[in-house]
Amino acid sequence: MTATSDREQMAYVSSQAADARVNVELDTGDMTLNIGPQHPATHGTLRLACRLDGEQVVVAEPIMGYMHRGYEKLCEVRTYPQCTTLINRIDWLGSFANEVPFILAAERLMEVEAPPRAQWIRTILFELSRVANLALFLGDMGVQIGALTPVFFAFRDRERVLNQIEEVTGGRFHPNFDRIGGLKDDIPKGWVEETRSVMVKMRTFCDEMEDLLVGNEIFQARCRGVGVIPPEVALGYGLSGANLRASGVDWDLRRDANPGLAWDQVDWRVWTHPDGDSFARYWVRLQETREATHIVDQLLDGIPSGPIMAKVPRIIKVPAGEAYLSTENPLGEMGYYIVSKGDLGPFRVKIRTPSFNNISIVPWVMKGVYVPDVITILGSLYFILGDIDR
Amino acid sequence: MTTLLALPYWQETGIKLGLALVVIPTTSLILVYLFLFKMMAFMQSRLGPNDTGPYGTLQLIAEAIKFLQKEDIHPAQADRRVFRMAPVVVLASTFLLYVVLPAGPDAVVEDLDTGVFYAMAVSSLSVLGILMAGWASANKYALLGGLRAAGQLIAYELPLILAVMGVVIQAETLNLQGIVEAQATGEIFGFGGIGNPFILTQFLAFLIFMIAAQAELTQTPFDMPVAETELVGGFHVEYTGFRFLLFFMAEFGTAFAFSALASVMFLGGWWIPGFDVDDNILNVLGPGVMLAKILLVAFFIFWVRFTYPRLREDQLQKFAWKVLIPLALANIVLTGIFKVVF
Repeated sequence: MTATSDREQMAYVSSQAADARVNVELDTGDMTLNIGPQHPATHGTLRLACRLDGEQVVVAEPIMGYMHRGYEKLCEVRTYPQCTTLINRIDWLGSFANEVPFILAAERLMEVEAPPRAQWIRTILFELSRVANLALFLGDMGVQIGALTPVFFAFRDRERVLNQIEEVTGGRFHPNFDRIGGLKDDIPKGWVEETRSVMVKMRTFCDEMEDLLVGNEIFQARCRGVGVIPPEVALGYGLSGANLRASGVDWDLRRDANPGLAWDQVDWRVWTHPDGDSFARYWVRLQETREATHIVDQLLDGIPSGPIMAKVPRIIKVPAGEAYLSTENPLGEMGYYIVSKGDLGPFRVKIRTPSFNNISIVPWVMKGVYVPDVITILGSLYFILGDIDR
Repeated sequence: MTTLLALPYWQETGIKLGLALVVIPTTSLILVYLFLFKMMAFMQSRLGPNDTGPYGTLQLIAEAIKFLQKEDIHPAQADRRVFRMAPVVVLASTFLLYVVLPAGPDAVVEDLDTGVFYAMAVSSLSVLGILMAGWASANKYALLGGLRAAGQLIAYELPLILAVMGVVIQAETLNLQGIVEAQATGEIFGFGGIGNPFILTQFLAFLIFMIAAQAELTQTPFDMPVAETELVGGFHVEYTGFRFLLFFMAEFGTAFAFSALASVMFLGGWWIPGFDVDDNILNVLGPGVMLAKILLVAFFIFWVRFTYPRLREDQLQKFAWKVLIPLALANIVLTGIFKVVF
């Protein structure tokens, strides 16, 4: 090597080194931020492992299983009536709605049909638990975004709905009321009128939320255009419920695949929103809460008379076979795949929970958003930890 | 101005020191009890504390004792000295603010000629403490919170000062007592019956001041530095016990001080509109009048806090630089024109 080329080489090396130094000094590097498992925005113990560049999310990975309780396995060692106590606790905010698809699937296997009165009361309780569940979301979304007051209104008014559920079933959170072939009890005297007045109050609550949050400019600035999910992506990830409808997909199992409950007897509509952002998800749920109160009102008017229990044997044995049945739960499509070998309990139960699928879109939707938006998106996707982990 | 009492320097200093040590914790306690406990509970249809003492007034003492009992935990990775110093720096900025707040014609700790300038300068010291806390905690949430606080407080310092400029131009003085005098003797287009509380002529400046103060105090809708639901407390996430209590006191003490600044500059401070009262009587009545005005201003601060959601950091910066600062500048220009014309 000649002296000239040596000098050139040195110059080249030092210029490279200078560049590298500048790059090192300017490059801030990624930071890994664990959101959860103990974090107020995760409603329990979901963990999001986020790689951040400044405040921008590069990758967000949901890590679940911190609350796995093994319900599918536990169902295998219980009889059918015992299973309902367990599955109450999957989506703990809308617990009665969890029982219904399981019982309906078992009824389908046994070829039993509940009498119309039982079906109507089931539908009413189903919609009441939807109202109770979504009401909490409507307030809680405010907390995620920083407004403290709405959630207290939500707790206050949700209590009225829970009281109505309690009056019928005896349990606020875990009714365990649905039976194969019907219901445990009839509704108490005077309950219909009380429920009607509660539904009026819930509509006032929806108006309040509309005033406090939907109409608020800051709320709109925080939610509009944040976490946009196009319809094809939503379908691709298996989203269901309001998350799917907020992306503009007109899909509701209550209308499309009614398993025999009283939804086809009343006049109601499915709400969709074309935007697919966090605001759309909030808006759709707000409308759905209102719609559910109207459904309950109409159902209360027309409860048929008759027995609440079909003729079923005292000891329930489900004939061998397989059945999958899903309903439109507050969070989305919830289904039970039951395999029976003719025993007292199911041989295998697979539970399809809405939150599990809804949360799977998190890595896709959280690319390049800011940390505050992570919370907005998590809040608007609305999952319940028990529903993810079972 | 006549002085009510003529005391030796050391006695005066002693009284002032004692007053400061009593007044500052008391004022923040008043705000916590009235607004954080009672008003918030009322707005959220809850009861609030009502068991400890009459109407739950002793709840504050219970809370303070609770904080004092807690263990003083340092994170293992924390920069201990900075970690310990941070709450003191924040609280010191609050204490220093009280120096110039007048509660009567003579009831002021130090009647500085550059009072407004001093107050603005001292209030921005707290950023330092918050940044120290955020960095020294060795916690990612705290770091994010501290950096957010720094960015936010610097952005909002400017509209705050520019809004005050309008008042200063109109009052022709930086002295807070002078500003009160100017409002007491002022006239609005020749009508001097109620003096001239600057909120009437400087309404835009008042709005900007309140918004910027809200951001300075990191109250909702500008509470990203603490943001419970995303940063789980932000810069003070690692603080426990007494050190957390210092942050807490500083937060509410500063809220009180900023309400006091607003009521001095826009509502006429200790002066009672429409009444010509002797200075000596005002020295006695002044603190009460001042407190009433402060609580009125603080009520608005907390009302907004309990109602609104939180903005995002970039939206906040945009709002400061694109809306508030141009508005504040326009206000200064308008004030200048009016000052020259009339």
